[in-house]
Amino acid sequence: MKLTLRIWRQDGQNGSGRLVDYKMDDVSPDSSFLEMLDLLNEDLIESGDEPIAFDHDCREGICGMCSLTINGIPHGPERMTTACQLHMRHFSDGETITVEPWRAKPFPVLQDLVVDRSPMDAIQQAGGFISVRTGSAPDGNAIPISKEIADYAMDAAACIGCGACVAACKNASAMLFTAAKSSQLNSLPQGKAEKDRRVLSMVASMDEAGFGNCTNYGECQAVCPKGISLDFIAQMNREYAVASVKQIFGRA
Amino acid sequence: MSLLASSLGKKYVMALSGLVLSIFVLGHMVGNLQVFGDPYLINAYGYKLQHLPYGLLWVVRLFLLACVVAHIWAAITLKIQNKKARPQDYEAKATVQASLASRTMIMSGLIILAFLIFHLLHYTVRAVPGHQYNHAIIANDGTEYPAEVPLVLHGKTKVDAYGDPLIVHNVHDMMIAGFSYPLISLFYIIGVYLLCMHLSHGVSSMFQSLGLRNEKWRYRLDKIAMVYGWVTFLGYASIPLGIWFGIVNASV
Repeated sequence: MKLTLRIWRQDGQNGSGRLVDYKMDDVSPDSSFLEMLDLLNEDLIESGDEPIAFDHDCREGICGMCSLTINGIPHGPERMTTACQLHMRHFSDGETITVEPWRAKPFPVLQDLVVDRSPMDAIQQAGGFISVRTGSAPDGNAIPISKEIADYAMDAAACIGCGACVAACKNASAMLFTAAKSSQLNSLPQGKAEKDRRVLSMVASMDEAGFGNCTNYGECQAVCPKGISLDFIAQMNREYAVASVKQIFGRA
Repeated sequence: MSLLASSLGKKYVMALSGLVLSIFVLGHMVGNLQVFGDPYLINAYGYKLQHLPYGLLWVVRLFLLACVVAHIWAAITLKIQNKKARPQDYEAKATVQASLASRTMIMSGLIILAFLIFHLLHYTVRAVPGHQYNHAIIANDGTEYPAEVPLVLHGKTKVDAYGDPLIVHNVHDMMIAGFSYPLISLFYIIGVYLLCMHLSHGVSSMFQSLGLRNEKWRYRLDKIAMVYGWVTFLGYASIPLGIWFGIVNASV
């Protein structure tokens, strides 16, 4: 396949960035998007240029490191697929593909396509945990949890924290991420004890980082590689309202 | 109030004020559709609203005004935050699923505000030059109707406690005269179209923002909001159209 890649190049956090065009003549349709970028980087290194910096780790779609906005869509055009699992056969020969980093104020660009996603860690640290020891693996069955609840919590737990929801949202809102992380624990008996505190702290951390607000576009859900649904945002909205009222009466 | 400072708190303000206003929109439409009946109906309805006990008319008016102010305050505050959350936009822009209505809420909202101000000046304050309707009601073609008429049902004049005929504001003919101006009717139809487009996103969003939504109700609420939007649009638009096509005729 022949491709023209328009890739965001930026030297360091304070450098000014721009889109640079690269031509590739012989891309295998069976290569993944990241493998294609690897090949481009090899060419760049050979010709003495600086390779393109991009985040990646497992390349199995489970680590949440890859973070490419491909033609304006985080993780590219395939539904429920991370950029590392996206294959070049989904593009057409001769196509021009624009690759940009996640765009959000809390995610400053560090280099080229690499952004700093630590505000999401801060949200997780604000309440995405259970304070007491709840037992080791074999104790898991000591607390009976219905299949529905277990599945529901698992659907939330599927979030890999890649930040595509923030990148896709026209308001750069982190509601889907925060909702998935809080709902996962708030739905399980082990997490219920800290339910109110958790949702209040996580939302406060989210607001503090400067993410935008949810206006129910649904773009986050559409690009989420793990299919996290807007229903978790509804749950978080509900739990936050209840927790806020309890807080007013000193009961949260 | 920490709740109002939070992103979710402002969404609750948005949703609750929106709920009040969207119920008003439906009620106002049903009230106004009485213009299709005997002139007695809408004139008596107008008289009753104007003479509600305990100053209830002003209580309701001020409550609605407070909702409008709260709705706009929350919308603008949220919009500014959303703009700040993405200082640099994507070069390649894409929309995966967000509806046109959802993407134009602030625009449709501001045009509706302009429409609302005109609408109040036109029919409530009656201060638009040439449309005062206080001493006489003059239509586009120069026809003159009395601004106040006795209330007549089935040929019988209604009387007050002293046996005097009940003189009421001629709401029926005022609407006919007002909509006899094609430009005003057109502005009105565009205004209600934008209002109903606004509602088609807003009515389902308010349930999401308050967390009153789950997997089962997600699609139902989207449908209900769509139907709500269309029913209100057709209801409101039928009035100027009915007058324009001569289905509704002046009573005097």
